Amino acid sequence: MGKTTIIGGSSGKTGGPQSSKSKRAAHGVDKIDVTAVNKPEHRELYQKRIPIYPKLAHGTYRKIKWAFLFVLLGIYYVVPFIRWDRGPGAPDQAVLADFAGRRFYFFFIEIWPQEVYYITGLLMLAAFGLFMATSLFGRVWCGYACPQTIWTDLFIAVERMVEGDRNARIKLARKPLRGKKLVKKIIKHSAWLLISFLTGGVFVLYFLDAPTVVRGFFVGQAPISAYLFTAILTFTTYTLAGTMREQVCTYMCPWPRIQGALTDEDSFEVTYRAYRGEPRGPHKKGDSWEGRGDCIDCKMCVAVCPMGIDIRDGDQLECINCALCIDACDDVMEKIGRPKGLIAYDTERNRKRLPKGEKPVYRLFRPRIILYAILVGGIAAIMMYGLMTRSTLDLNTLRDRSPTFVRLSDGSVRNGYTLKIINKAPNIRKFRVSVEGIKDSSLKAIGLETKDDTVTVVAEPDKVRVIKIYVTVPAKTVKTLKTSTPVSILVEELGGGERAVNKTVFLSGKP
Amino acid sequence: MSDRPEVDDHSGTETTGHEWDGIKELNTPLPRWWLTIWFGCIAIAIVYMVLMPSWPLPWADTYLKGLRHYSERATFEKDMVKLAASRGPDEARLINTALDQIENNPELLNFAMAAGKSAFGDNCATCHGSGGVGTFGYPALVDDVWLWGGTLDDIKYTITNGIRSTGDDTRFSQMPAFGRDGLLSKDEIKDLVEYVVSLSGREADKAAVARAQPLFADNCAMCHGEDGKGTRELGAPNLTDADWLYAGDRATITETITNSRNGVMPTWQGRLEPWTIQALAVYVHSLGGGE
Repeated sequence: MGKTTIIGGSSGKTGGPQSSKSKRAAHGVDKIDVTAVNKPEHRELYQKRIPIYPKLAHGTYRKIKWAFLFVLLGIYYVVPFIRWDRGPGAPDQAVLADFAGRRFYFFFIEIWPQEVYYITGLLMLAAFGLFMATSLFGRVWCGYACPQTIWTDLFIAVERMVEGDRNARIKLARKPLRGKKLVKKIIKHSAWLLISFLTGGVFVLYFLDAPTVVRGFFVGQAPISAYLFTAILTFTTYTLAGTMREQVCTYMCPWPRIQGALTDEDSFEVTYRAYRGEPRGPHKKGDSWEGRGDCIDCKMCVAVCPMGIDIRDGDQLECINCALCIDACDDVMEKIGRPKGLIAYDTERNRKRLPKGEKPVYRLFRPRIILYAILVGGIAAIMMYGLMTRSTLDLNTLRDRSPTFVRLSDGSVRNGYTLKIINKAPNIRKFRVSVEGIKDSSLKAIGLETKDDTVTVVAEPDKVRVIKIYVTVPAKTVKTLKTSTPVSILVEELGGGERAVNKTVFLSGKP
Repeated sequence: MSDRPEVDDHSGTETTGHEWDGIKELNTPLPRWWLTIWFGCIAIAIVYMVLMPSWPLPWADTYLKGLRHYSERATFEKDMVKLAASRGPDEARLINTALDQIENNPELLNFAMAAGKSAFGDNCATCHGSGGVGTFGYPALVDDVWLWGGTLDDIKYTITNGIRSTGDDTRFSQMPAFGRDGLLSKDEIKDLVEYVVSLSGREADKAAVARAQPLFADNCAMCHGEDGKGTRELGAPNLTDADWLYAGDRATITETITNSRNGVMPTWQGRLEPWTIQALAVYVHSLGGGE
């Protein structure tokens, strides 16, 4: 048999690569029998996944991760239920992508489909913000904020609560599936499914009125799409966070690949300080630390790693920079009385400087950071300006094309235009429509009265008012016109206010 | 060949036992994901066959209907019923609203225009052209010339009953074939053509015009009026304007007087729903700029 037997992954040998047996690494610190299953040399092309049983870490970064988990999940679950009064006839949900009504609501902002560039701006902000954060602090997104990380973390926490920590889970995995183990597995998977269902269900609430859907969901009154998307997202949450976990990051996600281009030698990343740690090896109490490294090879950093790698191998594509190995290692360093920070956030530059005894250098203001900051600031400013000066009146003019113009019996020429007057304001508004550009032209609109060559239109709140107008030019004026004359269609709010102008043409054929 | 399959040293995979020039074929098992999907597809196919129509039974002239009794045709019919039901209130409102009130109600006007536009494309555009531009012998509906009247009520009456058509109340008038039926001689017609040309303000043979004056008064003025401005009640066109249903050149006018023209428009009552006719009237009225 091939290499597989050596790491014992799929060959069916009992125990597998990870076992709960312990030896001593130093006084008071056990050596954990653990293999970094995703080490490059342990991974063959067609290899089945080897399960990872991450041990619970304690420390600063674990606390930060818990905080991120609770805050972000809190936001996700609470936001659809926040109400925001927009007056009668409009939905009162603070954040709502109303596909049926073709509106997107975000607190005081209401966006129409044609204003989707605000979403583009938002996505650009997110992208450049992410680029900047990555250039500065490495894969912080992957380690703390990515939904895959958050839900995987949550699912592992549930697993730990039901089945116990690493050793208990490994023991349980070896037992046959019956009795206590069966009960535990049922509890775990039920809890996972419940969380998945809540995840998928809440996602749907961003697109429909939350209280209505929640009330209707369990009595079969919600729309089919709500059930469908809840089912899909329940399934994906369960599989991605429950059964696939780190494989999503390593094999499915493009972001780890992109990030390689975003980090440089001044970006922070989780780093094993080899100059301090090597040569590694077990340490007996009372022995001198002279001539050896601080790493006692307890493998605690490998045991807590949710990605199944060994950080001491250096930068790896698999590493999501969650910093749990920092927590684990700091814990050990404290126990054996060595300074913390054998594994720490640091830059590549300092990894080269520190062994030479040079002082660490931190450069935050680098050209790419400044560029990202300018882009983020610029886009944010443009968006703010756009939102603040956003007009609540829009005009679209469609000129008749069949026929392009009509010669009337008295020789005058008439052109027809369909006007779409878009009232984005939440109140009824009156607009005056007029046409400029040709003298003697007269205006007529179907179903509306013309006064002083203008037409007054009432536009319902948050609706598009469509009117058909006709512009007629008398025969003697037509003779002075070219085949195509530019005209402007003006829509002004009565009593001052917003106005919209559309430039179009008046066609009159060969004179 | 031994009883037990040979295992390849290099890959650790069994071989099929086939050998060509020392090259052996590995019996690599199918990937698990592939097998899973394959079995999944088989399972789905079985479920589908049980639930949905799946197999023809020609000897019984039927097919396996499946537990759900799904039928594309029935679904379509149901959808059409649903569509009609959803349009119902608007249709009722359209019929119950006086024609001249529809244009004052933006919502109803939108509905009438949309319904009218699609009905026009299906039924009227064949002759009147898309957008109602008209062509030789088929009146343009976009201008301000209306043979039988351009008010909403006139238009609705014309659509409902047609022109020289089969309905009892169809609009009717008939221009005699002056030449063919021998009512006028060729020379008289020639003079009349000059007269008609002069009516619309064009250069004409003055002597011929003078000769044709009594001819016009005797034969044409009954319908087209003394001044040639036409009579809407009779669908007699105005001969003094620049608009010609059949072209206004001398040859065409000669042809018109000789053989007459009696265009036909179908009676739409009974072919179209009353609400569609209502919508068409509003749409056509708006095309002409609204008289």
